Amino acid sequence: MAKHKTPMLDQLESGPWPSFVSDLKQQAEVRAKNEENIEFQIPVDVVEDLLGVLELSYKHGRTHWKHGGIVGVFGYGGGVIGRYCDQPQAFPGVAHFHTMRVNQPSGKFYTAEYLRKLCDLWDFRGSGITNMHGSTGDIVFLGTTTKQLEEIFYEMTHNLNQDLGGSGSNLRTPSDCVGSARCEFACYDTHALCYHLTQEYQDELHRPAFPYKFKFKFDGCPNCCVASIARADMSYIGTWRDEIRIDQEAVAAYIGGEIAPNGGAHSGRDWGPFDIQSEIFDNCPTSCMWMEGKKLMIDNKECNRCMHCINAMPRALRIGEDRGLSILVGAKAPILDGAQMGSLLVPFIKAEEPYDEIKAVIEGIWDWWMEEGKNRERLGELMKRQGFQKLLAATGLAPDPRMVQEPRSNPYIFWNEDEVEGGWTRDINEFRKHHQR
Amino acid sequence: MAFVSSGYNPDKPMENRISDIGPKKFDEFYPPVIAKNKGTWLYHEYIQPGVYFHVAESGDKVFTVRVGGARLMSTTHIREICEIAEKHCDGYLRFTTRNNIEFMVDSEKKVKPLVKDLESRKFAGGSFKFPVGGTGAGITNIVHTQGWIHCHTPATDASGPVKATMDVLFDDFKDHRLPAHLRVSLACCLNMCGAVHCSDIAILGYHRKPPLLDHEYLDKMCEIPLAISACPTAAIKPTKVEIGGAKLNSVAVNESRCMFCGNCYTMCPSMPLADTEGDGIVIMAGGKVSNRISAPKFSKVVVAFIPNEAPRWPQTTDTIKKIVEAYSAGAKKYERLGEWAERIGWERFFEKCELEFSHHLIDDFRDPAYYTWRHTTQFKF
Repeated sequence: MAKHKTPMLDQLESGPWPSFVSDLKQQAEVRAKNEENIEFQIPVDVVEDLLGVLELSYKHGRTHWKHGGIVGVFGYGGGVIGRYCDQPQAFPGVAHFHTMRVNQPSGKFYTAEYLRKLCDLWDFRGSGITNMHGSTGDIVFLGTTTKQLEEIFYEMTHNLNQDLGGSGSNLRTPSDCVGSARCEFACYDTHALCYHLTQEYQDELHRPAFPYKFKFKFDGCPNCCVASIARADMSYIGTWRDEIRIDQEAVAAYIGGEIAPNGGAHSGRDWGPFDIQSEIFDNCPTSCMWMEGKKLMIDNKECNRCMHCINAMPRALRIGEDRGLSILVGAKAPILDGAQMGSLLVPFIKAEEPYDEIKAVIEGIWDWWMEEGKNRERLGELMKRQGFQKLLAATGLAPDPRMVQEPRSNPYIFWNEDEVEGGWTRDINEFRKHHQR
Repeated sequence: MAFVSSGYNPDKPMENRISDIGPKKFDEFYPPVIAKNKGTWLYHEYIQPGVYFHVAESGDKVFTVRVGGARLMSTTHIREICEIAEKHCDGYLRFTTRNNIEFMVDSEKKVKPLVKDLESRKFAGGSFKFPVGGTGAGITNIVHTQGWIHCHTPATDASGPVKATMDVLFDDFKDHRLPAHLRVSLACCLNMCGAVHCSDIAILGYHRKPPLLDHEYLDKMCEIPLAISACPTAAIKPTKVEIGGAKLNSVAVNESRCMFCGNCYTMCPSMPLADTEGDGIVIMAGGKVSNRISAPKFSKVVVAFIPNEAPRWPQTTDTIKKIVEAYSAGAKKYERLGEWAERIGWERFFEKCELEFSHHLIDDFRDPAYYTWRHTTQFKF
C-alpha cells in the first residue's frame, strides 16, 4: 500500500515510453521490502515521499523545493547542490534531499560491475534515485542528507577511485561524444582530451574561483553530437585540413543503388532511388563536388567540411588525415542577455598530448575573464561587452577572416593611438596657423 | 537506522583525505572490440531503427542496440540494465548524450536475442522498460532538466511532459520515416540547464507573473544589491516598507519591465515567481547544432504560451505532433526542421503547422530584435 495517493502521477504509467513513475514505485517497493537487509542511512520511505511531493506539485502546478542551502564536502566548493523540501512535515523523507554530481567517464562507457558499486553506495547512503545523466554530463545522485555527504565522498574516493563533478562558479564537468572509440567521423580522440583537461584542471573544477560557470565540451566532428557549439564556453570541434578520402568503387555502388545512403537512416520511407545530384551535390553548401564521367571529384580547397556528403555516403567518403580541432568560444543559453552560439577563435589546432598549445589558449582566456568578467558574467557576455579584439589580445592570436561571418558594416573602428602615424598629441596653435578661428 | 561510518572522521577532515582524482579513466570501461578497434572505424549502417553496426579496418564489427530511457532512473532499474549487459554484452554498456542506453555486442547472432529480451521487459504499469529505437531519420530521446522532481526554479515539470510527449512521438522513435533526424528538448525554466535553444523542437517552461515580494524576510534572506543587479531590465530598486510598525529594507519591482526570467529569484529566495496560472510552456522550433549543410541555428518561439496541463500536457503534445507531421509532409530528404521553415518562409510555416501568429512572437528584446524583422519586399501571400 503506497504511503501517498498519487492519482495524477498514476496517469503517467500508461503509454509505451518508459514511465519514471513506474520506476519510482518499483524503487519504493524494493526499499520497503529490503530483501538485501541494507542498513539504509536515510529514511527507507524517501522514494514514497518523493512521489508524494511530486503529486502535490502536479496538483498545485508549482514546485515544492526550496532554494539550495550551502552544503558540500570539505575543501570543495562544488559538486553538491543543497535541496530542501518546503513541506517537510508532510514529506519528512525528503526534508533534506541534496544532489551530488559524480564525474562521469568519457564517452559514458561503463561496466556492469562498476555501475553496481555506484548503486550499492547510493542505496546505502542515498535515495537510490539518479539521473543517468544530468544535462552537463554527470552521473547525478538525487537525494541524500547533509550528514551523508562526507561519508559518500569518502567511500567514493577511497573505494571507487571516483571524484565529484563541478557546480557553481567553476569549471563544470567536461563532457564529450563517443568519439574515435566507436565513430568513424571523429577527427581527434575526444575521450583522451576530455580526460586530460579534466585531470589538468581539477582545482578549477572543484574550487569556484571564476566569475561564473565555465563549460568545456568535446565534439569529434562538425556533426556536434554533444552540442558543444551551442552550450560550451569553449567547444572543441574536430576537423581536418587536407582532402576527403574517396573510394570511387563505393561511390559507384551508392549511385547504382547497392548501398543505402546515410547508412540506411532513411529506411522508413520510399524516397526513390539515390540521386547523387539532388541528394549530395545540390545540398553541398560550397558546390565543390561534381562527376567527371563515373569519377566523383571534390575541390577540397573550397570544401567547408559540413559533413553532409560524408554522412550520406560513409562507405565512399572519409574525413581527411591531417586532423585536429577548431576552438569556438562563448556559447551559452539565453539567460540573461540572449542565447549565444560559439564564435570561432582557433580555426585549426593539433590535438596531441600534452596539448600545450590548447592549454595556452584556455589559460589566456581564463586570465582575461577572471580579471575583467563581472560577477555572473559568462565568457560570451564578456566578449560582447568588451569586443572580440580583447579576446585576441588575451590569447595572443592573430586576426583571421575565418573568425568572422563578414567584416563589420560600420566604420566605427576604435583605433589605438600607436596605430596612427604621429600619435594623437597635437598643437592647436600650430593648427590655427593654417586654419583661422 | 543506525549511523554507519565510512571511516571519515569529522574532527579531522583532512585525515586520509583523497581529493582531486577526477573521473574514472575511460579505457577501464571499453568493451574489448572497442578497445581493439578504437580510431580505426570505417563506416556504420543501420539494420533497423535502434540497431546499427560499425565496421573497423580489422574487419571486426560492433553491433549496437540503442534503447530509450527516462533519465530519472532508480538503482533498481540500473541493476536491471547491468543484468542485461552481463547476460548479452559481457558486462559492458554505455549511455548516450541524449539519455539513451546502448548495448554493444561483437557478433550479429547476438543481436536478435538481445533485442527480443529488451523489448520483452515492461514496467508493472505497462510501459516498455527498454524500447529499441532512437536512430537515423526519426526522433530520439528528449534531453531535459529536473522540473518539479528536484528543482527550485521550474515553471513546468520535466519528466512528466517528456513522458507525455514521447508517448505521442513513440512511433517516430521506432521509425526512420522523417526527412532528417528531429531533436526534441525540454528545459523547465529559462536557465536552460538542458540548453534547448538549438533544438528542432524545444519545450520551455516559462513564468508570466512578476516575483512575489516577501518583505518581512527579504533583507534577512537576501543581499539586496545582488537581487537588484540580477535584473537584466533594471526593474528592481531598493525601497523601505512598513510592516507591523517596523521600517524594513526591501525591494520594489517595476512590473511592466519584468521579463519573468527569474534571475532575481536565483539570487533572492524571497522573490518567488511560481504560479499555477502564470506558469506554463513556450514552444520553440527550428534550431540545430550540427554544421551539416547549413550553420547551427537557434530555435524560434512559435507558440508563446500553453498552460501546464498536468499530468499529460495535451495541448503541448498536440502542438508538437502537428509540427512534426507538417515537417514530415513538407520537407525534402535531409532537410532539418529549421532548414525547411527557412526555405518555405516562416509565414508559410505557421500556415502549414496551423499555428496562430500573435504579437508575442515578434522580437522586442534589445538589438537582436531588429535583425529578425523583415527588411525586404520578398515575402509570400
